Amino acid sequence: MHALVQYIQSYLDSDKTPGGAGNIFWATVYILLVFAGLSVAVIAMNWLERKILAHMQVRLGPMRVGPHGLLQPIADAIKLLLKEDIIPAEADAVVFWIAPFIVVLAAFTVFVVVPFGPTHAITDMNIGILFMLGVSSLSVLGIVTAGWASNSHYPLIGALRSSAQMVSYEVAMGLAVVSVILMTSLNEQSTGTLSMIGIVQAQLAQQEWFLFKFFPLGLIGFGIFAIAMVAETNRAPFDLPEAESELTAGFHTEYSGFRWSLFFLAEYSAMIAVSSIAVTLWLGGWLRPFPNLLVGPTWDLLFSLFPGITFLLLAAMCFFNTARMPKHPLFKVQTIGLAGFGAVLGLIGLILVLPAVRIRVTDIFWFSAKVAGFMYLYIWYRGTFPRYRFDQLMKVGWKVLLPTGLALLVLTALVGMRTELWAELQGVWRP
Amino acid sequence: MLHITTLHYLVLGAALFLLGVIGVLTRRNVVIVLMSIELILNAVNLNLVAFSRYWQGIHGPTALHGQVFAIFVITDAAAEAAVGLGILIAFFRNKETVNVDEVNLLKW
Amino acid sequence: MNPAGMIPAGTNPPVATPFFFYLLAAIMVVGGVMVITRKNAVHSAMALITTLLAQAALYLMLYAPFVAGVQIILYAGGIMVLFLFVIMLISIERAEKERQFNKQWLVGIVAAAALGGLFIAVYTTTTKGRALFPEGRMTYGETQNTQQIAALLFDRTAGQYMFAFEIASLLLLVAIIGAVVMAKKRI
Repeated sequence: MHALVQYIQSYLDSDKTPGGAGNIFWATVYILLVFAGLSVAVIAMNWLERKILAHMQVRLGPMRVGPHGLLQPIADAIKLLLKEDIIPAEADAVVFWIAPFIVVLAAFTVFVVVPFGPTHAITDMNIGILFMLGVSSLSVLGIVTAGWASNSHYPLIGALRSSAQMVSYEVAMGLAVVSVILMTSLNEQSTGTLSMIGIVQAQLAQQEWFLFKFFPLGLIGFGIFAIAMVAETNRAPFDLPEAESELTAGFHTEYSGFRWSLFFLAEYSAMIAVSSIAVTLWLGGWLRPFPNLLVGPTWDLLFSLFPGITFLLLAAMCFFNTARMPKHPLFKVQTIGLAGFGAVLGLIGLILVLPAVRIRVTDIFWFSAKVAGFMYLYIWYRGTFPRYRFDQLMKVGWKVLLPTGLALLVLTALVGMRTELWAELQGVWRP
Repeated sequence: MLHITTLHYLVLGAALFLLGVIGVLTRRNVVIVLMSIELILNAVNLNLVAFSRYWQGIHGPTALHGQVFAIFVITDAAAEAAVGLGILIAFFRNKETVNVDEVNLLKW
Repeated sequence: MNPAGMIPAGTNPPVATPFFFYLLAAIMVVGGVMVITRKNAVHSAMALITTLLAQAALYLMLYAPFVAGVQIILYAGGIMVLFLFVIMLISIERAEKERQFNKQWLVGIVAAAALGGLFIAVYTTTTKGRALFPEGRMTYGETQNTQQIAALLFDRTAGQYMFAFEIASLLLLVAIIGAVVMAKKRI
């Protein structure tokens, strides 16, 4: 028993991730935490998407189910679980059943290497970014088999279109990622790294987010990736394969109830995963803003108070809206519920202000805040842009993003090697 | 049995190779024959990477020749699958069948 | 201090290596058998995907993470998507009702068994009482695997495979052009 406690505690003062230190207990704990956090994030995304889209369209969105519709995702989940499970008559039952699991598997396995902090990843593989790109490309297989197994025309065409789109934009994503990997090799040993934690540490060592590196090359790379990642996850404005007015929901037409919720879960997880890639590669991962510009203990203290202040602000908003609730006896339960929710948020905020918690949570908070910003961008795109037609979509992927990515790669390599190239041109540097 | 040596990986590679050879020799569906060829190439890759690990133990941490060879084999397999499936599509467009026995236009 | 991540031979590896090896080997063999015996080509393709992913995990066990990553991206995520596209574009229902195994299946299995016998004969040879691939050497970790492979490919002094790399890219270009020309309707 004492040996078990010893084993559990032996990890706490190590400077590696649980996978790197070989500690199975903490790796399992981290996996469960990531899984729980991802589920909470998907539920929150569901509610946020409906509310934010509604407010962008000058309407209110769900208001009935809980106070301000806060319990709407739970009602949706209960409805989906209780729905009848329909399988088309001629469909291939085994493949029909496996397809959503492939997509969910691919979307969730990606989070094994996502770095929430310098030691806060489940593991830090040597091939981190390669692993993420590869496993997220496995979801194409799930979509293709889902469309085929439905044995119906709309899903088949939707699946082929969706997978063609995903494969095309993966190329552009890969080129943007490779240009960032080139930037990580600008140290004395000239060794770059594919590991996610290594990329953020390279940004820390070079004192510059890769977004601003070799201006405007980092920005163009980020732009290519930001466009490609929206197309990769089949979201607006690239959501032709699953838009309701086009192909009656595309590859998941024949899926109902629990199986459809698996696709939905996988889509939101994939969105969070590619946003994590973008945040890690260009936006400095878990680093707080302006690590080299605003230094000093006061700035450190101010930035470390951000998590607590964010939650306290959210709690204040909840209390403000509680005061604005109609004073009708039928609204009593909702008012009490909203006040309770505000109290919970305020309690979390107060806990996050404590110094002992602050230093541990700040990395995770900044990473999550940046990913949350990307989620807002996703919802904003959905509410703003009209849909691309499929041939326009493929044209953008192959004729615009791919040449730009190639040019960006060559330019990044040239600018990164400018001192060596200049020396070699002058005949000074001998190999 | 319990300590995994190089020989374990070689035996597994040989088993996969045999399965691929049986698939190539006995199936009539061209697509499944192509997939059996991929199985053969994978068995070869497993052998190469197992030998790379063995070689790394003898010649130092940077002797990863087997892994580099395996990467080239994977690249080669991709090219071959693409061309093979292109031929299959061209053939299917003419004859409407994917039966290997029907590929007999050059027979006298 | 363990700079190169050296693991002395004979010590226990950190995780249950025999368990995972036998599990992955079983998945691969069962997947391989399903590839060559299924009537439905899509079922065969999915069994092959399972085999490829199990093989990627075996590469991770062999401390070859880069090859595992390449396997997942290229083989499972690229080649098998190509296979699935082609299977779906050619309507293959008629092929399911035909006879699946050709007339020479017995000869094929005998030939494969002969090859298997040859493998067994080679793998169980001992020269002067020593087995074919004796153990007892230092093994290394994989924290620098990508960088070491890159050194073998690209380094000026130590790299040997630059020419092969360029030829491989030329090969891919030829394959792309060839596949497009083959599959076009009118040249």
